[in-house]
Amino acid sequence: MDLSAIDPQILVASLMVASTPILLAALGELVVERSGVLNLGVEGMMITGAICGFAIAVETGSPALGFLAAMAGSALLSLVFGVLTQIFLSNQVATGLALTLFGLGLSALLGQGYVGIKPPPTTDLNFGPLRDIPVLGPILFQHDAVVYLSLILVAGVWAVLKFTRAGLVLRAVGENHDAAHALGYKVVRIRLLAIMFGGALAGLGGAYLSLVRVPQWTEGMTAGAGWIALAIVVFASWKAPRILLGAYLFGGVTVLQLNLQAAGVAIPVEYLSMSPYLITILVLVIISSDRSRVALNAPASLGRTFHASS
Amino acid sequence: MKLMNLMAGAAMALGLAAPAVAQEPVKAGFIYVGPIGDGGWTYEHNQSRLAVEEHFGDKVETVYQESVPEGADAERAITQMALNGADIIFTTSFGYMDATMNVAKKFPNVKFEHATGYKRAENVGTYSARFYEGRAVQGLIAGRMTKSNIVGYIASFPIPEVIRGINSAYIHAKKENPDVQFKIIWAYTWFDPAKEADAATALIEQGADVILQHTDSTAPHAVAEKAGGVITFGQASDMAEYKPMPRVSSIIDNWAPYYIERIQAVMDGTWKSDDTWDGIGEGMVKIGEITDAVPADVKADALALKEAIASGEYHPFTGPLNRQDGSAWLAEGETAEDETLLGMNFFVEGIEAEMPQ
Repeated sequence: MDLSAIDPQILVASLMVASTPILLAALGELVVERSGVLNLGVEGMMITGAICGFAIAVETGSPALGFLAAMAGSALLSLVFGVLTQIFLSNQVATGLALTLFGLGLSALLGQGYVGIKPPPTTDLNFGPLRDIPVLGPILFQHDAVVYLSLILVAGVWAVLKFTRAGLVLRAVGENHDAAHALGYKVVRIRLLAIMFGGALAGLGGAYLSLVRVPQWTEGMTAGAGWIALAIVVFASWKAPRILLGAYLFGGVTVLQLNLQAAGVAIPVEYLSMSPYLITILVLVIISSDRSRVALNAPASLGRTFHASS
Repeated sequence: MKLMNLMAGAAMALGLAAPAVAQEPVKAGFIYVGPIGDGGWTYEHNQSRLAVEEHFGDKVETVYQESVPEGADAERAITQMALNGADIIFTTSFGYMDATMNVAKKFPNVKFEHATGYKRAENVGTYSARFYEGRAVQGLIAGRMTKSNIVGYIASFPIPEVIRGINSAYIHAKKENPDVQFKIIWAYTWFDPAKEADAATALIEQGADVILQHTDSTAPHAVAEKAGGVITFGQASDMAEYKPMPRVSSIIDNWAPYYIERIQAVMDGTWKSDDTWDGIGEGMVKIGEITDAVPADVKADALALKEAIASGEYHPFTGPLNRQDGSAWLAEGETAEDETLLGMNFFVEGIEAEMPQ
């Protein structure tokens, strides 16, 4: 065993990259669930974003346009879910699952001409001399724009939900849609916007996978990341800072266990492989172990159908 | 409803009468572990399926199901295929072994061909390729090309097929470069591009400048290309889009001749359960083009090794070889028996990584 081969700086830097897709998708789903909608189609929206972003980046040569297209594509797909569940009042669980299956199939179809193509490289932001600060440089100042955007979004979502009127309205819709409706808020419209925001972030996360982390297109490349994101939302008890913790923990342990394996640590590999799931769940369960408060955190109208007549 | 029955009956009668005129096409089913666009293992099986269609034209009908998980769900998928009238079903991953055996018991008239397994029955045959012969060539190139003396290996599951590959690559890398060290990551998946990319990243960060993989996606190549100065090898398929760097060579699985032969046997009624294990010599394993990124002398030696293996003059597991714990395995000049290789569950001496139990 040779632990000295693991460089903590590089480890932290790569865990940030490895966590970003899940972080983005989970953050989007958080907003959706806070508005009282359960969208189980995260996996489908992620993979659709992955191919939309990849295809546009390849066609235009611009990763930035690719990321925008990924957000637009997935938001559009999530709108299908939104229209079905909010206007035609279909069952959210069933529609969400269908969205995942649809997204996987659609992405495979769209991606047929893109197997084995290399995307244009996404460059790191240039912080000039800051890059070369020991320890902090590689960790904080050598990433691409999406990593920073994801962190800004975490802070933004947290602040908007906690301090602004818009956040209050969104939460009100999620807690009690009848009361919000009685107060004159457009429940359906607010939820549709939340669903599209969730779709856009899932798409951005998917595109980050296909454009930066892997970077290439293969069918089924999200391989369950969307489901992890869904689980993290629940275990983070619908709080944005905990989403960051959960996602980084999951990404961190994933990267760490691979490094430990490569360094030949004598822990059985099976334990290492299950460790990201186990540790993430454990930590998030422990921090949300106060049952009375957790019950308060779950949006009361989550998954319930709203119709103005009721 | 009555009319429908009548029509169905009529169709049946016609169908029964039909064989005299035109033979019913043989229906061949394929169960894939990944998507057909994975660019590796499943892609190559599917290419061979297409070759079957081309060869037989309308005498054969093929069906396939992709991304079938190994385990209980596989049994459902295989059963469905058998119920839908498949005459022969190829199950193309190690993890389908028990599922294939279970379904085969229920459908004695359907022929089954299981890839890379070792359980057989009256109507279940097995087939595999001697990938380890190709690994020997990769090992030679890896040993000669590495500057850091660290070779990273992304392994899938600790099963004999994968362990053979690691051992064979190690033996031949070590022969060229006594200082070489193998770092092994078990991904516990055949196909998960994100995980494979992370594994490749971890290995490169720990100093590996050669990445070998026994997983099916091209993600490690993409990572290696981004990192620069790292070489990789195509797995199962040529992965030619990463030529000439990082991909410097590849192992290509060529299943088409085998599939055509076996489906022909079903047509002729001569199909019998057997065990096929072919290598470079028979053409089931091919070595993809060695690119110019490899120095000419290394390339020449690699090709010479390939020829020696193909002609049967050299066996990649030739003694003296010890097991990892130092106990003797093969004496000087002795070659490994297929039986040992098929059940291989130990590393050879020199590999430092521990075998997952």
